[in-house]
Amino acid sequence: MITVESLTRRYAGFAAVDNVSFTAQPGRVTGFLGPNGAGKSTTMRVMVGLTVPTSGSATINGKRFADLPNPGLEVGVLLDASAQHAGRTGREILTVAADTMGLPRTRVDEMIELVSLTPAEAKRRVRNYSLGMRQRLGIATALLGDPQVLILDEPANGLDPAGIRWMRDLLTGFASQGGTVLLSSHLLHEIEVIADDLVVIGNGKIVAAGTKEELLAASGTLARSTSPRDLAHALEQAGIPSTIAGDGSVRTDVDPARVGAVALTAGIALTELRSAESAGLEDMFLSLTADTQREGVAA
Amino acid sequence: MTATIVPPATATARRAAQPIPITRLVKVELRKMFNTRSGFWMLISIGVLSVIATGAVIIFAPDTDITYASFATAIGFPMSVILPMIAILAVTSEWSQRSGLTTFTLVPSRGHVIGAKAVATLLVGLGSVAVAFAVGALGNVAGSALAGVDTVWNISLSMAPQMVLGNLVGMAIGFTLGVVLRNSAAAIVGYFVVSLVMPGILVLLAQVRSWFEDLQPWIDWNETQVALFEGATNTGEEWAMLGSTTMIWIVIPLVVGVLFLRRSEVK
Repeated sequence: MITVESLTRRYAGFAAVDNVSFTAQPGRVTGFLGPNGAGKSTTMRVMVGLTVPTSGSATINGKRFADLPNPGLEVGVLLDASAQHAGRTGREILTVAADTMGLPRTRVDEMIELVSLTPAEAKRRVRNYSLGMRQRLGIATALLGDPQVLILDEPANGLDPAGIRWMRDLLTGFASQGGTVLLSSHLLHEIEVIADDLVVIGNGKIVAAGTKEELLAASGTLARSTSPRDLAHALEQAGIPSTIAGDGSVRTDVDPARVGAVALTAGIALTELRSAESAGLEDMFLSLTADTQREGVAA
Repeated sequence: MTATIVPPATATARRAAQPIPITRLVKVELRKMFNTRSGFWMLISIGVLSVIATGAVIIFAPDTDITYASFATAIGFPMSVILPMIAILAVTSEWSQRSGLTTFTLVPSRGHVIGAKAVATLLVGLGSVAVAFAVGALGNVAGSALAGVDTVWNISLSMAPQMVLGNLVGMAIGFTLGVVLRNSAAAIVGYFVVSLVMPGILVLLAQVRSWFEDLQPWIDWNETQVALFEGATNTGEEWAMLGSTTMIWIVIPLVVGVLFLRRSEVK
């Protein structure tokens, strides 16, 4: 379990992280979202002791990271896959990490195989690695000590589609065995598929936190029919406000069952009816962080 | 791509985590000094330059100069440049190559990491100097045989430790610059400034300002280092001068540097 309490980190006048509190529970994948520069990475760096907080604390299983006797065995960390000595081979990087943690060298081979780096790739220097390969190496380093907690900053960056799928299975498997996963990503679709809980941060402050179901419940329904206008009209008659999107879909804030009932009464054949979940996270993200978006416009 | 899940925890059974012993950190840091391409070539260059310097003495030195001291001096020169570079990179690569992100996450106690690096650097220094003395001895035997002169062993037992210490001082200066600047390029430039540019300025200052003349040997670490290389640090005052320059250029900046380093943000 990761507990962040009233965490604040200031830089020369501005607060990169401002009074942030949340927990990441064991057995669950917690998605950590926010626009660029919102304070995600700073929060994660404070968690693992690389940045000293101005005030507040972050603990892992009740202990400060710096107080863990051998942190690699308890927390797997991947903050930046490119932060490796370019002149070292992938295998050497894992060997150094394994030696530091006091693990047998056989663990290195297991991890190389686990992240699907070939033995030839493992012998190459990291300077010649693609971003995806560095990401795999970083995940291998994080998993090396068989930790109970994972802290991953943008782990899906640069992975190919098969790699993203693999990562998703890996993390859900990890959580289902009781592990705690905190994962930041810009890939909202990824987060939506994988996360159980969400924490949204904007301008250093938490703007929303809770289970995915709670946060997305209010996101409403998407329906299509052969005549969107008729459907919207029928909904209006029933006292349900709706909007017709440019693609001809009708969106409302009520749940799909009510929309279906209205359509049935009005005799309108629906071609699609579902909760507007997939667009929901993106909409929620953009509206929650609207004030903090660089572009200044929200969907 | 296989959808393998994390292998069962049996391989590394959950154990009560033990603190990481410092000896293990020293071993790891020693490995890290030479498992990169630059580290590897630094090590090779020490060996190669020792042999080249030895060869140069055999070929170019007049027969009267085929002595152990000539070989030791010739080998000592390239070594006195390379060893500080090794010391610098041992520290700065964690920042310049950003590997510190992993290092300081696996070992949050940065003081331990820096301490382990210091010990590893010291061991490399001692090892390299031992190689230099050995290559020099071989060169001396071979050179005197080729020149048909008697083999002259003119490095006394009191001189040898001073030459070792001289190299360690150079490494310590490099190490200190690494800790203070935490950037490879800046530390290497800094090393050449304090070892090549600054001594000249201090000597000049001593010449034009008489009050500084007596002070200069207490401040100029380069002068006390050269005295060590020549085995000429003999009197109590000379040792005190070495102590003074060591305090000014190594101890104080190193302590301040480590204090800052422990609080600094690793990015």
